[in-house]
Amino acid sequence: MMTAAAHAMADERRSRPGRATITSSLGRWVCIALTLGFLAALLLAPLAIVVTTALGKGIGAYLESFSDSDAGAAIRLTLLTAAIVVPVNTVFGIAAAWAIAKFEFHGKSLLITLIDLPFAVSPVIAGLVYVLLFGMQGWFGHWLQDRDISIIFAVPGIVLATLFVTFPYIARELIPLMQQLGNDEEEAAITLGASGWMTFVRVTVPKVRWGLLYGIILCNARAMGEFGAVSVVSGHIRGLTTTMPLHIEILYNEYNFVGAFAVASLLMLLAVVTLIAKNVIEWRMNKGRG
Amino acid sequence: MSSFRQPSVLPGFGLTLGFTTFFLGAIVLLPLAALVLKTATIDWNHFVQVLLDKRSVASYRLSLGASLLAGCINTVFGFIIAWTLVRYEFPGRKLIDALIDMPFALPTAVSGIALTAVFAKNGWIGRYLEPFGIQVAYTWVGVVVALTLIGLPFVVRSVQPALAEVQADLEDAAETLGASRRQVMRHIILPTVAPALATGFTLAFARALGEYGSVIFIAGNLPMKTEITPLLIVIKLEQFDYAGAAALGFIMLLGSFIMLLAINLVQAWGRRRMVAGPG
Repeated sequence: MMTAAAHAMADERRSRPGRATITSSLGRWVCIALTLGFLAALLLAPLAIVVTTALGKGIGAYLESFSDSDAGAAIRLTLLTAAIVVPVNTVFGIAAAWAIAKFEFHGKSLLITLIDLPFAVSPVIAGLVYVLLFGMQGWFGHWLQDRDISIIFAVPGIVLATLFVTFPYIARELIPLMQQLGNDEEEAAITLGASGWMTFVRVTVPKVRWGLLYGIILCNARAMGEFGAVSVVSGHIRGLTTTMPLHIEILYNEYNFVGAFAVASLLMLLAVVTLIAKNVIEWRMNKGRG
Repeated sequence: MSSFRQPSVLPGFGLTLGFTTFFLGAIVLLPLAALVLKTATIDWNHFVQVLLDKRSVASYRLSLGASLLAGCINTVFGFIIAWTLVRYEFPGRKLIDALIDMPFALPTAVSGIALTAVFAKNGWIGRYLEPFGIQVAYTWVGVVVALTLIGLPFVVRSVQPALAEVQADLEDAAETLGASRRQVMRHIILPTVAPALATGFTLAFARALGEYGSVIFIAGNLPMKTEITPLLIVIKLEQFDYAGAAALGFIMLLGSFIMLLAINLVQAWGRRRMVAGPG
């Protein structure tokens, strides 16, 4: 995200007289053409083909794709996963940001690095580690089997793997924001006799609400769209342990392209809504600062 | 507790730090430790045999090579795109700017099947490449295309703020003193954005190394030819070869730590340059 000052500087540069005569040369058109061409091939064409393939056999066939009970189950499982993962990571993100931004203690930068760790690890590894813990031959495999609890190839595994990959999203939005805003207002509230919870709800939350929402939206998009980690722990049991991305894979491998792209179009819609929300929030945050 | 932290009037330190470390341990650190421990139980000869297996080595070559190539393509085009977005005004600029984040928001399974459809032999773009003998889908080229897409925002978003902060008066002064556009680019702009380019490249490369979803659809997954390392882990898990999967997973985890270190070094280098000034 660019800062408001950087935006202002870029705007000023674009509108600067004299700059236009230099930049309206060949270079300008080559750069714009390369940008548009590259993005058209790599970004716009794939987005467009999702829509045209999904609607390739008419709107009737498109809607038919969702009446399938497996598709319905996949959509419900995706929503359920996000409904568990996003609130849990929100609570974690707030706790981590409070501890890290409000206090000075030893080992803080190590803690921040460790929180970011899931971003550096392949989603396949995120799935693998849970299989090694809870799978049949895993550390707790027998213990779980004796008690008839299934985590791998079941919904709990999907939730755990999704928690892992979305772990840093909210914390890493909130930590820099809360550090930047400082502690003065919270300290004033506490000194004047407000309780800790009251200070958090009345003072901190209003200050960071846009950043918090930003993190929640990105976390949600990743939670609903995660493929690699979930694929490893799911076992791909149709109608039971397939989320929407996994359902896309199954339909695609069965050459049911209309069905696969129809489900994909829903996830694409989610991505578009996420991007719009993200831009609205960025605009609000920049306005708030300026 | 007060011995390792500075005093503060604010409450909740023990509660929030306790919850944070507990949750971090349970969800991230304990599972990762399980991978390391599992690897430690593997017989050394077996471990080496899995890692140096021909199929594994072929997958490292593809994963590293394609990620490197995608990172380079992204560095070049990321710079051009960032430059265009920061320096030029044209209709739809804001929309294009917003679209750059699409690969972050778009689920990888969706970009995977969509890229495959576009670059297949009869696809919108694939059909124009076919007469030149260029096959993208189901070859290593397709892997590079998928990795380029998912890495693109890293470079653009690193370079954009750096480009916006190149001081206009420095450029103006250079031009007034008779510098050509090329000289301004080489001596003022590139040195200023070099750390951002390096950061963007490293982030894109690191992400590409671990990427799975968008690659497996377009790669075709032929053993020895178009299998990436993460896919090999999945294949071993499907065969219930936990030791083999753990061995490869351990190597990938090691790679991730090296990349984390590289990212920190690159960023530290960038900060030092910012303080010292370019050149």
